[in-house]
Amino acid sequence: MGRTNPVAAVKDAALAALVAFGLFAMMVGLRTEIGPEGALVLRQRWGDVAILCGLVFLGRLLLTLWLGRRRVAASTKPGRWTARLQQAGRLFAPAMLAVALTLPVLSGGDRYILDLGILVLTYVMLGWGLNIVVGLAGLLDLGYVAFYGIGAYSYALLATEFGLSFWLCLPLAGILAAFWGVLLGFPVLRLRGDYLAIVTLAFGEIIRVVLLNWVSLTGGPNGIAGIPRPSFFGLPFSAAGGEGSFAGFFGLEPSPSHRVIFLYYLILGLALLTNWVTIRLRRQPLGRAWEALREDEIACRALGINVTVTKLSAFAIGAMFGGFAGAFFATRQAFVSPESFTFIESAIILAIVVLGGLGSQVGVAVAALVMIGGFEVFRDLGDYRMLVFGGAMVVIMVLRPRGLVGTRTPSIALGEKRAISGELVGEGHG
Amino acid sequence: MLLQVQDVTMRFGGLTAVDRVTFAAAAGQITALIGPNGAGKTTLFNCITGFYRPSGGAILLHPPGAETGAAPVALHRLAGHRIARAGVARTFQNIRLFPGMTALENLLVAQHNALMATTGWGIGAVLGLSRYPAAERAAVEKAKQWLQATQLLDRADDPAGALPYGAQRRLEIARAMCTSPDGPALLCLDEPAAGLNPRESEELAKLLLQIRAGGTSILLIEHDMGVVMRISDRVVVLDHGQRIADGPPAEVRADPRVIAAYLGEEEVE
Ligand SMILES: Nc1ncnc2c1ncn2[C@@H]1O[C@H](COP(=O)(O)OP(=O)(O)OP(=O)(O)O)[C@@H](O)[C@H]1O
Ligand SMILES: [Mg+2]
Repeated sequence: MGRTNPVAAVKDAALAALVAFGLFAMMVGLRTEIGPEGALVLRQRWGDVAILCGLVFLGRLLLTLWLGRRRVAASTKPGRWTARLQQAGRLFAPAMLAVALTLPVLSGGDRYILDLGILVLTYVMLGWGLNIVVGLAGLLDLGYVAFYGIGAYSYALLATEFGLSFWLCLPLAGILAAFWGVLLGFPVLRLRGDYLAIVTLAFGEIIRVVLLNWVSLTGGPNGIAGIPRPSFFGLPFSAAGGEGSFAGFFGLEPSPSHRVIFLYYLILGLALLTNWVTIRLRRQPLGRAWEALREDEIACRALGINVTVTKLSAFAIGAMFGGFAGAFFATRQAFVSPESFTFIESAIILAIVVLGGLGSQVGVAVAALVMIGGFEVFRDLGDYRMLVFGGAMVVIMVLRPRGLVGTRTPSIALGEKRAISGELVGEGHG
Repeated sequence: MLLQVQDVTMRFGGLTAVDRVTFAAAAGQITALIGPNGAGKTTLFNCITGFYRPSGGAILLHPPGAETGAAPVALHRLAGHRIARAGVARTFQNIRLFPGMTALENLLVAQHNALMATTGWGIGAVLGLSRYPAAERAAVEKAKQWLQATQLLDRADDPAGALPYGAQRRLEIARAMCTSPDGPALLCLDEPAAGLNPRESEELAKLLLQIRAGGTSILLIEHDMGVVMRISDRVVVLDHGQRIADGPPAEVRADPRVIAAYLGEEEVE
């Protein structure tokens, strides 16, 4: 593009200033305050607006004059560092796994780090679960948190009402969530894209509202407290130690960190199970049919694939892992309430999947680590962390619209498996 | 007799795209379906392959293996995904591959039903307990055989969306051929030669003859009269939704009504 014409640059800057005025006029220019008599008065701050617009004008002008109108190039091709990351992928994933496996030792049993690890792994698992529905089958699900909630309440109710053990409740919670996944799947089978997103969003909200209002069963807003903590295959973790406890049985010094370490390995195991099942399924007819569905539903039908059953199976299996994660959440917190299952949770999980790269297992794990871990680490920034966070997401999506790992790895190859550029890979239509 | 189309009508609101069309496709033959643009050829295909439910009429398939006297399969009543299982495969006028999947993966997706049956509801295969690995090896062999037949073996690991146009057309045919264990009974091709250069058209014609020799009958929509006249055993002509001619290629080519329908179009020789 070379040199920018100064007149065009001034025009461009004026346009930016105009947009800024539109935004700041309401947000900064007008302010209601409580007046001396207690009534609301409108204070006008046009001076501040003028300063802000002037800054935007100057900033934009300098930017265009100095940089020219160099566009930031979006790309889904394996970029410099993702290419390297993929080359190192064979090392990178096992390295991450090794760190995850040894974290309790590496951290020296630091309670804060382990709790953070548990939190991150919970979201890794949820991301992997949702990845089946959104990344592989291409069905945009904005209500995933509903299955997380169903799993959590299933465990809470089964354990408190019937006294069932965690290891019995875990599969039950998964089955119940899968059942609801199928129930949700049926009405939305014909919907695509935006419509599917809206209906699944509504489903998530309905589940939360039911949990909130069915007081006799769920305790309403008070939630369910006193959920049994997990035991080590029947050996409880008790601070006092003694005969029948975990510490007593293994002859260890009783310590509260035993339970945290156990919970850490539990969620690590569940997350790895999710990953393992997904990887296996991807190399099989069902997983390939999911991906084919994402690419072209009509062609699938012409090949004799039962689209209904295939979509429902994606919903059910994705929901099942959400249910497992929910049961874990309930046993870890020992308390569940509808507040934990709001729309924002669905949005965070979806953001992890999209940022990581639809369909990419490693990408989703990295995105969960960066998002959830980063969010916690920068807690000191206070409200600014939202800003930093939002900004970081925008930058990633501008530079890599298909997520950190925007490429697809074939499920089978005659020769060497070569990554497929994201431009060719469909995103699904619903 | 393989396929019987009886009085099939398809209406879209006030428009009758296919108007009481009757014809039959014989087993072991290539039947061409030709006609000017908008004649209703693709619409008729969509009725046969279950994408549209005809407003009237019947479409019957007599599977080649069935004993005489067995009732034919009523395609017009089958659910869309069951048509392929009944032995009717198709390609699309505007190519519909899975662009982000490799050529090999495209051919494995086509064998979904046969493979799925060996996985034990998917659970067995996840746990590694089923007959699946052997079945997958057989499926890959079959895919390789069709990649070979369509000269795509060296591109097996390339994404379908990155293949040149002619190769995509061939891959779509290979994919349709993989849908049934012994090849489909009927292969419906919607303008397979569109956009191909003369040499590629020539190769396509050879491929279709080879497929016919393998026992799969073909129903072919095509505008390239050179290809149609050379390889078809029978030609059915549609115009404005109605059948205006039906007979051997030489006879149809001389039919004054066909010439009138095509008047002004250069494709007729
Ligand atoms: N889904 C639909 N809704 C309404 N009208 C349709 C639909 N599909 C096809 N038509 C109309 O039916 C008529 C026949 O269309 P069709 O696509 O079957 O023609 P064709 O013979 O395949 O033509 P071409 O050679 O251009 O592919 C056209 O007038 C078309 O506009
Ligand atoms: Mg057509």
